Amino acid sequence: MTPRALVFRDATLVCPMGGVRQGDLLVRDGVIAAFGTIDAPDDADMVDARRLTLAPAIVDLGVFAIDLPAFHAGGIVRVGLMPDQSPVLDDPGVVQRAALIGRPGLWIHPISAATRGLAGEDLAEMAINRDAGAKAVGTGRRWIADSGLMRKVLAYAHDLGMTVVARPEDGNLVRGAVATAGETATRLGLPAAPALAEPLAIARDLMLAEETGAALHFDTVTTAAGFALIRAAKARGVAVSCGITPAHLLLSDIAMSDFRTFMHLSPPLRAESDRQAALAALADGTIDVLHSAHDPRGPEEKRLPFADSRPGMAGAETLLALGLGLVRDGGIAIERLFALLAANPAKVLNVAAGTLEPGMPADLLLFDSEAPWLVDGDRFRAKAGNTPFEGLPVQGRVKRLFKGGTALL
Amino acid sequence: MPASDHRPSALIEGGAVFPHRHLTGIAGLQPHEIVFLLDEAEQWIEANRARAGSDHRLAGLTQINAFFENSTRTLLSFEIAGKRLGADVVNMHAAQSSVKKGETLIDTAMTLNAMCADVIVIRHMSSGAVRLIADKVDCPVLNAGDGWHEHPTQALLDALTIRRRRGAIAHQRIVICGDLMHSRVARSNILALTALAAEVRVCAPSTLMPAGIEAMGVTPFTDFDAALEGCDVVMMLRLQNERMNGGFVPSSREFHLRYGLTLERLKRAKPDALVMHPGPMNRGVEIDSVVADHGERSAITEQVATGVAVRMACLDVLTRRARGVEGWA
Repeated sequence: MTPRALVFRDATLVCPMGGVRQGDLLVRDGVIAAFGTIDAPDDADMVDARRLTLAPAIVDLGVFAIDLPAFHAGGIVRVGLMPDQSPVLDDPGVVQRAALIGRPGLWIHPISAATRGLAGEDLAEMAINRDAGAKAVGTGRRWIADSGLMRKVLAYAHDLGMTVVARPEDGNLVRGAVATAGETATRLGLPAAPALAEPLAIARDLMLAEETGAALHFDTVTTAAGFALIRAAKARGVAVSCGITPAHLLLSDIAMSDFRTFMHLSPPLRAESDRQAALAALADGTIDVLHSAHDPRGPEEKRLPFADSRPGMAGAETLLALGLGLVRDGGIAIERLFALLAANPAKVLNVAAGTLEPGMPADLLLFDSEAPWLVDGDRFRAKAGNTPFEGLPVQGRVKRLFKGGTALL
Repeated sequence: MPASDHRPSALIEGGAVFPHRHLTGIAGLQPHEIVFLLDEAEQWIEANRARAGSDHRLAGLTQINAFFENSTRTLLSFEIAGKRLGADVVNMHAAQSSVKKGETLIDTAMTLNAMCADVIVIRHMSSGAVRLIADKVDCPVLNAGDGWHEHPTQALLDALTIRRRRGAIAHQRIVICGDLMHSRVARSNILALTALAAEVRVCAPSTLMPAGIEAMGVTPFTDFDAALEGCDVVMMLRLQNERMNGGFVPSSREFHLRYGLTLERLKRAKPDALVMHPGPMNRGVEIDSVVADHGERSAITEQVATGVAVRMACLDVLTRRARGVEGWA
């Protein structure tokens, strides 16, 4: 039995490609068939979308945990799963299992390990893992110290047409550090590393990417110097892209005061001047991806002295609302927000998704951009409520969520 | 030796003069609150010297010294301070504790709390650990050193030593030299001494200088000779052995060459400058024996004596509410 057609009536349609318009959207056979003003087929299911916004569902590039209720509550239907899982995503069996485990409601696109066991010593079986479902290769939260090996990773991935997702942090410089060197870390007496660890790693990997021709995506870039390097490389035509989390756009290292372990993130929060540079990089297009870095950690990993706690945040459920906040504050247009949340991450993962164009899978997010709520980690659907935004008033609630035309919410 | 001529202002009455439940650090204390603790400690210096030894204001109260990190002098100092006030003092050492069996810090805190301690003194190797425990227990908590973060009673005893020996803290030029990066003593001292309007200089090789330290109101130096010019007080910090073998400093003898406090070097400070060290000392590394043992210049043993008095004052003040002291309850 073919599913009935689906029509969204009178929505604010937000397409990263086509811009914003008021109208209808028709879904047939799980695929977007048309949008604009539509004569609904007689047998179509109708969704009244007045005063609501219809956009491509979120493609969250670079999550650390599979947390389906949190993803759905956050309007996320596809995730790029970081390779630092247990076991590491470096084997076709593990990759395939990860790729299939969320279906049909959540499509997990594994980012397979660039090196065996993420140990940074030997190339992993990238082609075999690709055939098992991997959509990119990555270094996870690790750093490949050996420049010769990083060059081989990029060259080999380029042969396969896979993007390399790298964490730009010089591992030797950040060893043992839990914060960015500066006044806050000094006052708190926390082990800290200079923010320079990031641009240092970016500079090397950019040069290697330029030389090998490989596509390179930095999962989280947070420093003024890092953005400057990427901006210049893009101008030269290097195939580089980069992401950031709302936390690094909205918080600086002073938020760690009082040893709040929910502010213990990876990479750590930066100085206010770096945060301002991140907002500028968001506005001028240097940043390509906004992602949650979803990593729920319970009290046994967070209710500890700061340096002993695990880094990470439960970010999936606040991603949309915080992104809409950036729009409301005038930083970006809403169609750009959905390029950051859907179209661009899909491009990095080389999957056809993330826009409202006809022919695309009907991965759709219907939300009320005005609905106000208070961030409350205790009420999260996520495995843990470790949000750095506890108590923050935000706006924007998911109303309905569809994967391939099938309603999830 | 003249006691300082500072007298407490009588303008603030009762508990309002020190409204804090815990003493987790110098950060968050107002200058007059620091001065209040110093003033309270003065009486115990005299009492201890006279071996009065019959005060029982903490009688019936249980003081737990929970030391998750090894310590000899601070633990002893807190134990003596508690006993001189009549408290029942119990020591918990990390080596004997269930921490090594995998119990979390919070569980240990809840256990201590369930034993109905009246005051808990904590030392821990992680910055912020004492605050974490303080939030979970019902009684006052005293920080006896947490990681690289704070060691407030050390700063108070140093400030009191300076006030007694130099007559004042304001406008004294004080240099703190040594391993600033890993030193909770340095952080607490910077906070206390700058709050009391001293001119504070800090001196260390760049490998041991914390980023952004000038934001704490101090002037950083890497040249010890320059830093010593015209100083009223020279406060040396301990450099741990494991940090002297190439990790942060090439060797102990090279550290001594650049930062060791010799008699010759001390001449750059004021002729009557005071020499201080929180102990334990590495004689011949950061400080020469002839300086450390200098009868007129060194205040190192006086610091130890002052430490007991300061800790008595802190234990007394923090338990006043629970003891129902008039104006505090």
